[in-house]
Amino acid sequence: MEERKLALKVDDKDNVATIFANGIINGTEVEIRDKKGDCEPVNVIGDVPYGHKIAVRDIQMGEPIMKYGERIGAASADIRKGEYVHIHNMVAMRGRGDL
Amino acid sequence: MKKENMAMDTFQGYVRPNGKVGSRNLVAVIPSVICATDVAQAICRAVQGTVGFFHHQGCCQLPLDLKRVTDTLISLGCSPNVGAALVVSLGCEGTDVERLVQQIAATGKPVEVIRIQELGGMSRAIQKGTDLAQKLVMEISGLQRQTVDISNVVMGIKCGGSDTTSGIASNCVIGYVADKLVDMGATVVFGETTEFLGGEHILARRAVGGENGPVGQKIYEIVRRMEERAKAVGEDMRGGQPTPGNIKGGLSSIEEKSLGAIVKSGHRPIQGVLEYPQMVTTEKGLWIKDAPGREPEILTGMAATGAQFLMFSTGRGAPQGFPSMPVMKICGNPNTYARMPYDMDLNAGQIITGQRSIEEMGEEAYALALQVLNGRMTKNEAIHYTSTMDIYCLGPVI
Repeated sequence: MEERKLALKVDDKDNVATIFANGIINGTEVEIRDKKGDCEPVNVIGDVPYGHKIAVRDIQMGEPIMKYGERIGAASADIRKGEYVHIHNMVAMRGRGDL
Repeated sequence: MKKENMAMDTFQGYVRPNGKVGSRNLVAVIPSVICATDVAQAICRAVQGTVGFFHHQGCCQLPLDLKRVTDTLISLGCSPNVGAALVVSLGCEGTDVERLVQQIAATGKPVEVIRIQELGGMSRAIQKGTDLAQKLVMEISGLQRQTVDISNVVMGIKCGGSDTTSGIASNCVIGYVADKLVDMGATVVFGETTEFLGGEHILARRAVGGENGPVGQKIYEIVRRMEERAKAVGEDMRGGQPTPGNIKGGLSSIEEKSLGAIVKSGHRPIQGVLEYPQMVTTEKGLWIKDAPGREPEILTGMAATGAQFLMFSTGRGAPQGFPSMPVMKICGNPNTYARMPYDMDLNAGQIITGQRSIEEMGEEAYALALQVLNGRMTKNEAIHYTSTMDIYCLGPVI
């Protein structure tokens, strides 16, 4: 059975979804699935390892990154829909010495 | 059906003289200071049925830390999985050995003490200690388990070696079990104050008395303390939290790690905050222990709480355990479970692959927890992966 390439969006307020599939490379189509099970296909931008996140919409630099319906940091660059989101384009806002 | 339900509400435990109930029946060998560790280790090797608390503290520390170390060792000795204790003192340590011995003895369990300097050195201390430890084992090893109500359970919970499956699978399973145990009148304790950062408002709102009550405010305070401690040395937590392993697993910030981590505490009201060395009170329900996330320190903190077992969620595959407290590994990542089946007790990765629901895995975890309370070994216990312990101190070594 072919592994389903799912990106789970766990709260309606989220602007990222987590991919639980292997072999996701630039251009792979995945299904963004929300809590209700509604799906939307998107082409991934970047190579995304298992358990990592993609943007479910365009996010501007400085905007909060939302997961679990809560703020998990801020975008440190403009992020396009489908793009890989991790420490290269988002930053933590807590536990820092400079804020 | 009724019989089955009744069986679910009890477990077989060792009832201590003070009424506390253990899931194990061990003789604890407790060095009062790191300098007594070699002697304590030799005694443990020689005598079956013993476990050692091999920490690295107890001398040349600030008074507040010396008290903290003494208090933590007392709580470990008083914890119900310990049936008797042998304190191994050097003779010139900073901890309060008299208080340590007295307070453990006050629970009614047999306690012995040896002093290395007084006995004339290591070899004599080992000989004397071995004889005493053997005597203690003979004294308690015939004790029979008794049927007790599930409300006697104290479960510790923790997640370690987290990745993004932890917050979506294994922590949800533990949260399910936590709610179930609290609803049956038992006690559940979670900690990892560092991993409240970014999620503290959610926890504070769940405090008895609300966000602005004393418990809610205490939750904000312990998080502030932890954050300030990192800033006080001119550093921030990034680079330390999330850990390199967390980042490789897809966690991008401490906030993301925290929000996934607090899921494991379930949904019930938070009764209060326990200081690191403190044991649970007579009040049941869900509690917070103010402890950092690193395994040796929090496992010790949870055992000191009086937890008879701990449910440990992991994604990347944290395999370690504690000397006196069984540690059940609930693995959220199906790939990790497939790679490490001899270390992981339960495959909650079946939630990620869509084979099982959170509730189904939660019931399975609960059933396994009852077996562990009854004496079934966890995987780490069976292979002696049990020495992850140390005591969380606040000040410098001086």
